Amino acid sequence: MEILMSITVGVLFMIGTYMILTKSLLRVVLGLILLSHGAHLLLLTMAGLQRGTPPLLSLGSEAYADPLPQALILTAIVISFGVISFLLVLSYRTYKEHKTDDLDQLRGSADE
Amino acid sequence: MTVLHWATISPFLLAILIPFLYKYVRPIHTGWFVLVLPLVLFVYFIQLLPVTSAGGVIEQTVPWVPSLGINFTVYIDGLSLLFLLLITGIGALVVLYSIYYLSKKTEKLNNFYVYLLMFMGAMQGVVLSDNLVVLYVFWEITSVSSALLISYWYHREKSTYGAQKSMLITVFGGLAMLGGFSLLYIMTGTFSIREIIGSLDLVTTSSLFLPAMFLILLGAFTKSAQFPFHIWLPDAMEAPTPVSAYLHSATMVKAGIYLVARFTPVFGGAAEWFWTLSIFGIVTLLWGSISAVRQKDLKSILAFSTISQLGLIMCLLGLGSASLYFGYGDETALYTTAILAAVFHLINHATFKGSLFMTVGIIDHETGTRDIRKLGGLMTIMPVTFTVSLIGLASMAGLPPFNGFLSKEMFFTGVLNSSELSIFNMQTWGFLFPILAWIASVFTFVYCLVMFFQTFTGKFKPENYDVKHVHEAPIGMLISPIVLGSLVVIFGFFPNLLAYTLIEPAMASILPNLLEADERFYVNIYHWHGFNTELFMTIGVIAVGTMIFLLMKKWAKLAIYQKERDPLNWFYDHSLTGLVRGAQFTTRIQMTGVLRDYFAYMCVFMILLFGYSMIRYNAFAIDTTNVTGIDPFMWILTILFIGATVVIPFINHRITAIILVGVIGFLLALFFVVFRAPDLALTQLLVETVTVVLFMLAFYHLPELRKESFKPRFNLVNLIISIGVGVLVTAIGLSAAALGNSANFEFISEYFIQNSKELAGGYNMVNVILVDFRGLDTLLEVLVLGIAALGVVTMIKLRMTGREDV
Repeated sequence: MEILMSITVGVLFMIGTYMILTKSLLRVVLGLILLSHGAHLLLLTMAGLQRGTPPLLSLGSEAYADPLPQALILTAIVISFGVISFLLVLSYRTYKEHKTDDLDQLRGSADE
Repeated sequence: MTVLHWATISPFLLAILIPFLYKYVRPIHTGWFVLVLPLVLFVYFIQLLPVTSAGGVIEQTVPWVPSLGINFTVYIDGLSLLFLLLITGIGALVVLYSIYYLSKKTEKLNNFYVYLLMFMGAMQGVVLSDNLVVLYVFWEITSVSSALLISYWYHREKSTYGAQKSMLITVFGGLAMLGGFSLLYIMTGTFSIREIIGSLDLVTTSSLFLPAMFLILLGAFTKSAQFPFHIWLPDAMEAPTPVSAYLHSATMVKAGIYLVARFTPVFGGAAEWFWTLSIFGIVTLLWGSISAVRQKDLKSILAFSTISQLGLIMCLLGLGSASLYFGYGDETALYTTAILAAVFHLINHATFKGSLFMTVGIIDHETGTRDIRKLGGLMTIMPVTFTVSLIGLASMAGLPPFNGFLSKEMFFTGVLNSSELSIFNMQTWGFLFPILAWIASVFTFVYCLVMFFQTFTGKFKPENYDVKHVHEAPIGMLISPIVLGSLVVIFGFFPNLLAYTLIEPAMASILPNLLEADERFYVNIYHWHGFNTELFMTIGVIAVGTMIFLLMKKWAKLAIYQKERDPLNWFYDHSLTGLVRGAQFTTRIQMTGVLRDYFAYMCVFMILLFGYSMIRYNAFAIDTTNVTGIDPFMWILTILFIGATVVIPFINHRITAIILVGVIGFLLALFFVVFRAPDLALTQLLVETVTVVLFMLAFYHLPELRKESFKPRFNLVNLIISIGVGVLVTAIGLSAAALGNSANFEFISEYFIQNSKELAGGYNMVNVILVDFRGLDTLLEVLVLGIAALGVVTMIKLRMTGREDV
């Protein structure tokens, strides 16, 4: 299962990178989302995907799934949500002001 | 702080006062205030002469950075004192000359004297310091103040060009020298020159010996304008003439000579030192004297002449270092002649070159031109200048009875002796040195003749000059050249005045290992040697030189003679422009201003770095021992997930892509369910929903956006980069998992599982970690969300109109 998940993470990173390398601003934001998905899944996979009950003590189990990476991922999800919604509004405003989503046309002034 | 320390830094202290004196004491020329200091210093240093001529040294230390072994140690021996007397003595004369040369009304005297005093202090520091770091600091101050003085008339383009050039070249050498000093420190563990000489075994046996030597020589060669670094000196002639006389003939260009002489006890005796110095010296000598003949400007002739004379001294120092090879003994006496000649010529050159620069300055000042094609017939109009020039030129040409003759004879003796050396392969190549030296002397003689006859003889043509009434200079301006000119004569007739007082102590500090205790070099300079080879060489120089001068009309038509500028400047100019162009070219290629290029650089760099280290350290590993099995259900889920991801780049419709990314998010939530993370699944579901809604809000209502702009072009490079990133992440993930398995770490989570109820009173371990065990993360994460929300509101609400950066 870990090997399959590692490959899945690799695919997510690959597609995310490819999307960021394109011209459209929207695609860049989508690529960032995919990258963050990949990172979250990688965190979970690296901790080991052993079987066990969910980390709830009330279940009274012998083996629990590792709670620490879950806490880390939860923090990461919220932070990436914050960043991505900010980016979304930023790109929305960029559209509104510059009437384009082509990154080639959003290149700052000539002397930079 | 002792008197000597105060003496060393006194020029800097006076430099602070100069602007005030200039501003508040307008009626008096500021130079008069400056003049006092070098005079006092000169007298002070003169009274130290008995100490050094008795073989003693003066050493005083003030700690500066004691923890690093950097102390302001002044160390006076024969060599330092010789230079100190040159610096302060000629300094005083130059200040006196500059008082009459620079007008009180039109020139910015405060700048001039501040720079000049800075230079004087730095130069004193260079020759006084025993500590290498302190020496380097003063060395760089000389470079900076020299550049400031060259660009004194900074509105002239040539001045700033010359200043920049000298700065680049000398600072380049200075930095190399610092590298050499650091290597010496690594070898010996001390910055003190005396202690380095004391622990010579450490240096000579070290593998860093040669690098240190060449780096220090690079510093010396750039400063002393040795081939091929001499190109800055002719351009430094844009400085006011007092500066040229002081810096570019008598003092700063001799700093390199000083450095070489100072380090002769350390490096001398090695074949590399001998050959580098001798070859570069003799090439500089030859090149400088040949180039000087081509010049049409008096100061340029003198500049190239300075280059050539410095090459002569450098060559002599190199040849003389052979005596260290033999160590203490009788046969060394023969080879120390070269060192003697070097020290003697150093003094002679400072006297006659200083006076020549000053007379040229007078001619320039009184006629308005320095071009030898315009000048002529000044003999009767400027008799005093004429006399002083004649003495200086005769001395430079090496005619008896002036001091130049003596040092030239000794130069020939040194060269002839060295050509008979039986070491360093001199048997094979030694015969070249006398021949090259002789040719250079012929050209030296020729340019002296050119200067003399073109300036002072011929017809006086008043129409050539801007100045209406050409006349002799005021007496104040003439004092300094007269003093230097008389020194030329005095040293010519009574050379042994210098022998005991200056030359012997200086030789003793250059060659300390050759003397037993209480012994000294016995120097006796006299004019008449009998009919020996040197005398015939001098006669030959005069004969051939005169012939070349008489035939000047013929060979003056040669193409090379027409070309004044040194051909090596071509390399300097082109390498500078090439450097700038190259830098602009690289920047333009790299810095495209396109976001995805930068991202591609980062990805490629990471792929290369990680890929290389993975291969280099054989880090890739797959461990299947702890791997859990895969349900058929998981196969379906994973294939669905991967499929949805891969499809995204092919979708051209905006809304479809957004929805598909939403689907991937929800599938991820499903993964979290499967992997027993209920809180994650909940959060992921919520966050994904909100994100998709946000996307829809943002992108649905954008009618002006053309549809086709969304359609991406296929790009193979991008694809390769992305595949690389994907493979890399997978490989790192697998290897890290394998490493984790083999390392057998204990999981910290056991602690959380055991204690989450007991210590925190909660059953949901993830939530307990979030708010109890690791609550600080959560606090800051809330802060992140708050900042993002504020940012969003600001972006939407705040409209700065009328500006470009909305």
